Amino acid sequence: MLSAAAATAAAAAAAPGPGPLARQAADWEPLLPGLIILLPLLGFIANGILALWAARQSSAAVRAGGEWDPFAGDRRPLTHTLPTWIGPGVMALAFLLTLWNFEGMWAAHLDEPVVEKFWSWIVTSTLTVDAAIQLDQLSMIMMLVVTGVGFLIHVFSVGYMRDDVGYPRYFAYLNLFVFFMLVLVMGAGYGMMFIGWEGVGLCSYLLIGYWFTDREKSDAGKKAFIVNRIGDFGFLLAMFLLYQAFGTLEFGGIFDEAEGQLVAGGAVVTSITLLLMLGAAGKSAQVPLHVWLPDAMAGPTPVSALIHAATMVTAGVYMVARSSVLYALAPTSQAVVAGIGVLTALIAATIALKQYDIKKVLAYSTVSQLGFMFLGAGVGAFTAAIFHLMTHAFFKALLFLGAGAVIHSMHHALHRTGSHEDAQDMRNMGGLRTRMRITCAVMWIATLAIAGIWPFAGFFSKDEIIWYTAAWAGAESNPYGWLYTVYWLVALATALLTAFYMTRLMIMTFHGASRVEQGARGHLHEAPPVMTVPLIVLAVLSVFGGWVNVPEALSDSVVGFFGALPMSEWLHHWLEPVTESAAGVQVAAMGDPSYSAPLFGGGEVMWALLSTLAAAAVVAGAGRFLLARKYVPAAEAAAPSSGLGRILYNKWYFDEIFDRGVVQPILAASRWCWKVVDTVLIDGFVNFVGNFTRLAGWLASLFQTGQATTYAFVLTLGVLAILGAAVFLQ
Amino acid sequence: MTSFVNSIPGLYGDWILHALVWLPVAGLVHVLASPADRAAGLAFRWSGAVFILSLGLWWAFDPGDGGFMLESSVPWIEAWGVNYSLGIDGISVFMVLLTTLVTPIAILGSFNYIKRRRKAFYALMLLLQMGVVGVFLATDIFLFYVFFELTLVPMYFIVGIWGGERRIYAAVKFFLYTAVGSLLMLVAILYMYFSSGVDSFSYEAFLSADLSLREQLWLFAAFALAFGIKVPIFPLHTWLPDAHVEAPTPGSVILASLLLKMGTYGFLRFLLPFFPGAAQHPTVVTVMLVVGVAGIIYAAWVAAVQPDAKKLVAYTSVAHMGFVVIGVFALTVNGLQGGLVVMISHGVSTGALFLLLGMMYERRHSRLIDDFGGIGRVAPLFATAFVITALASIGLPGTSGFVGEFLALIGTFETHALAAIIAATGVIFAAYYMLPMVQRVLFNELDKEENRNFSDLSRREMWVLGPLVALMIWIGVQPGPFLERMEPSVQAVLERVEDGAMAAAESTETDGNERADASVRALPPADSGPADGPDVTPASAPTLAPTTTPGGED
Amino acid sequence: MLTHALILSAALFVIGTLGVIVRRNAIVIFLCIELQLNAVNLAFVALSRYTGIEGQLYVFFVMTVAAAEAAVGLAIIISIFRHYETVNVDKFNLLKW
Repeated sequence: MLSAAAATAAAAAAAPGPGPLARQAADWEPLLPGLIILLPLLGFIANGILALWAARQSSAAVRAGGEWDPFAGDRRPLTHTLPTWIGPGVMALAFLLTLWNFEGMWAAHLDEPVVEKFWSWIVTSTLTVDAAIQLDQLSMIMMLVVTGVGFLIHVFSVGYMRDDVGYPRYFAYLNLFVFFMLVLVMGAGYGMMFIGWEGVGLCSYLLIGYWFTDREKSDAGKKAFIVNRIGDFGFLLAMFLLYQAFGTLEFGGIFDEAEGQLVAGGAVVTSITLLLMLGAAGKSAQVPLHVWLPDAMAGPTPVSALIHAATMVTAGVYMVARSSVLYALAPTSQAVVAGIGVLTALIAATIALKQYDIKKVLAYSTVSQLGFMFLGAGVGAFTAAIFHLMTHAFFKALLFLGAGAVIHSMHHALHRTGSHEDAQDMRNMGGLRTRMRITCAVMWIATLAIAGIWPFAGFFSKDEIIWYTAAWAGAESNPYGWLYTVYWLVALATALLTAFYMTRLMIMTFHGASRVEQGARGHLHEAPPVMTVPLIVLAVLSVFGGWVNVPEALSDSVVGFFGALPMSEWLHHWLEPVTESAAGVQVAAMGDPSYSAPLFGGGEVMWALLSTLAAAAVVAGAGRFLLARKYVPAAEAAAPSSGLGRILYNKWYFDEIFDRGVVQPILAASRWCWKVVDTVLIDGFVNFVGNFTRLAGWLASLFQTGQATTYAFVLTLGVLAILGAAVFLQ
Repeated sequence: MTSFVNSIPGLYGDWILHALVWLPVAGLVHVLASPADRAAGLAFRWSGAVFILSLGLWWAFDPGDGGFMLESSVPWIEAWGVNYSLGIDGISVFMVLLTTLVTPIAILGSFNYIKRRRKAFYALMLLLQMGVVGVFLATDIFLFYVFFELTLVPMYFIVGIWGGERRIYAAVKFFLYTAVGSLLMLVAILYMYFSSGVDSFSYEAFLSADLSLREQLWLFAAFALAFGIKVPIFPLHTWLPDAHVEAPTPGSVILASLLLKMGTYGFLRFLLPFFPGAAQHPTVVTVMLVVGVAGIIYAAWVAAVQPDAKKLVAYTSVAHMGFVVIGVFALTVNGLQGGLVVMISHGVSTGALFLLLGMMYERRHSRLIDDFGGIGRVAPLFATAFVITALASIGLPGTSGFVGEFLALIGTFETHALAAIIAATGVIFAAYYMLPMVQRVLFNELDKEENRNFSDLSRREMWVLGPLVALMIWIGVQPGPFLERMEPSVQAVLERVEDGAMAAAESTETDGNERADASVRALPPADSGPADGPDVTPASAPTLAPTTTPGGED
Repeated sequence: MLTHALILSAALFVIGTLGVIVRRNAIVIFLCIELQLNAVNLAFVALSRYTGIEGQLYVFFVMTVAAAEAAVGLAIIISIFRHYETVNVDKFNLLKW
């Protein structure tokens, strides 16, 4: 993707006339944007049919008491070969189509979003939600990430999932996920976004619980869905408020009117943005709703890479960036968003220090990096947030896929020897670098990138977020200036933690003495090319991906290669049509950001240099320190018994707190409602009425002796009584 | 197509409504006159034919008109001004189509389930269809009441004869609960009849009834109780889980998909237009919203801890109908339309869920969730249908459930934000009750040997579920055709409520006689002749009036 | 004159009623019922002098019904006697729920 971007940039630079991103209206007809969405859907349908076909055969075998082995014959069955082409194929087509449109959009200097309406989805006399998509610079970046990284991960999956019985089902889910993700980022309003929003949640649920016969995995899927729905509740309410304020849910209608309709800093816009943040926190795993993401690692590793690192979990960041105008109007919400972000970054980073499952470390790392993105979005650095989203997609997808290659290799090796050791526990690894040279190399690149070391991608994006926090902390009339200063310090510290836990992961996995079982060691091998090629592509992106947005202030310094890069602030300019109104609002409210850091002073170049040097020092120091340590295999290791280590090992007890504080009380209340209110109170009353009637009837029946003469006697008495009444009461 | 169907008014439009009511009866006679082993097939064919015929309504129906159409009326009991009059509008057309669709599907789904007394069963199913269709089509209150009560009888027997172990308790509970409500409604109907001064039971006559706010509140209470029990609203719901659990599969399907809708249909058709003053009374609105919201949360919670899958789904019905209640009493276009879509969606998705549970019961003779697990491995098609239906039931966007709940909530939010906020937590709790059930049935280890023989969907079962699943997705993706057809009628109801409330307010102030005038005829179309036409002539009404008094002395 | 007739009618009726209540023999009870009917007949005839012919008309109805009743009633009593070998009404207590 970047090479194409660079090529176009070169072409644009060569062309005479206004600068490449000068704002001017231009007619631009996107090429079949609907097809970009439709392709993965078609892939889903095709793979889905194959999956059902395969499942029918599998079920027949299971019913007969055995297991279906599709790989038993000489040739793989069609259900396990076609998805190889359909799954990545539709992604490749969608990516190419996106690229084409990207180039078209670039050439057109698009000013206003292009909205294409397919049909009216929900229409009443007061509310219209169209099934429409919107193409603008922001959605284009997201589409590129989703289809590009998505394509690579699909290719990787071909190798990773090769021997899985549910191969076609896996690709069906994956395609469906991409479909919903594209709906999310391309939707022209909050209504459409919500379809994608819940849809990706569904796919996440299905893919986490992909190995559904495993109770733990299926529990994890369920947890993800329910926690996500807590966020969706906020999203829904935000939509209601938006509808009440604007009478529409379309982006165009809302963002054009926002400044006029809403009181800056007022209760309405603050509630809207806070509720949207609740939605974003659910989807993007922010504290305290982050609890589902580490569990979500139960899914296949490429799924973790695609959904729980590169795309779905960043949807919240996308939404906040999309709603940038609203957030700029609500400084309190911004402070909350940034606060949650930085808190999440810190908490998750600390937990990552003490995890031993390689995927869990990466999961907490993802949560932490998402926190950085929210910090960026919160302080109004929407471009920086999207920038970090993009670079994070590269290096985190790479880390997950690399971890997938490791797990794949470990799993095979342990499987060969019949061992039941945990293939994901880093205490069982060590010294893998000799066996998996490519994987080791690319993962080191990703580690340096995420640690924020110059000139890798993560350095530029993370540094920009941290710097903007500092800069806005010093803005003249920022009501939360001191808070921003705190955020800045915490973010700096967290960045160093990142460098530490990632180095720990690399050392424990690839370096030192091998702790793999003696017999299994020989079976460890590098992944096949279908898996390593995507890794290499992602590694290239992790190195150069940051160069598309070197800040102006840095570009002439040593960290910016003294202006040798052609694309200084490219992303910033590219996203300007989307973010400029938010920036305008924010500057109007808070004044200009300051150009020196709070407390200590110093400019952007100095702090960038400082941070990369500090990170490099941490990596080097931690590497030496950890290499010297002895690790015992997981089976022999004991959990830390006391102190901070124990708290971190147990993830700050979030799950336990939720269980005791929320889940169990609701369950108890549910049981109480059923056993007491329904059964005792309501039905008790109903049955009482019934039994009372029956009792009264029984009492009355005692008067029925069965003697005709008694009846005659009572009858006579009755007649006498009536006659008497008639006579005497006249 | 519309023009084509309308170009033959002498044909389709004239007889279709009568055919929908009476063809099931003809089928009933046919079933009774044939041998038992042919009963199921015959019943399916008759109800299928009714469904195909009813499809024409989609086009014969004029989407731009908010009043009744295809009206026809025949005097029935002239002395009391009772007419056999049918009509259809944007509210009832969907209910009728839902009925004609669900009945053949329920019958098709019962082929393996019903083994005893098949003739009687299928005859009762057809009778039930006639009653339900009649409820939705009747434009005469007396006729409506007859149909409303008529549905009770076959359902009572279906639960009581073909039900599970506690069927007698469930059937009697069902019967008594609903009978209490409908008797109150009968009293209210008679009160309106005698106080309206128009000696007619026609819908228009009742609309023009001249009621003070106090009267309206009492009558509203009686009607609301009758319909509320049917819906059922919290806390009048406890008959529903028992009836559902004990009823045979087709009975549960009809009960959930259709009979519950009669309650909410009554809200829209009678409660709001008849008592506009009461419907806008703050206390009334508060009470209805509170029970609606309470139903959503409470039923979701109780559903989550049920060990019996059928009971779980029964409670989810209460939660879903809570959305209808709040949507209706929000008194906004979005709320009312949302309520109607939830009604359709719930009819489709919950009907499908009961069918799926019935299939599970046929295979394993158990309804307990814990008796299953890992079914997805042996029955992939079944699992797929189950998951899609469950997702539609919890309102995932792209399925019918979402459109309805979203509109109902947004409509409620417009006027009663707090109620909508609390009700929206139902979105979370829906996942909380449904997903664990899905997991414990379809996922997890296939650890019970009996479940290994759990066969996948048969071809017949695919035909049972296919249309419902398709409908869930269709309404979820493209609800426009539904929304545009119901909009004018919903608007008419709202206008009537607003005008009527104003009129009621004026009348209580002035105590005058002109109070009804402002509110009359907001709803009926211009050519609503038959009801107050020559059938009940003003001249004959007074002379016949004395004959009606004996009834009044009771 | 009317008063005497009505007093006689009432007396007969009371005797009949008491007979129905206190006697145990089904045949006697039966006779007492006839007595009641005829007491009413007497009242009808007496009153018809003042109110018109309808009273006497009703007497014929009553007599017809009484005859029919006698036929059915005696048949029942005979049937009961065959079954229980007694006509004591205390023995017959099946007339309850």
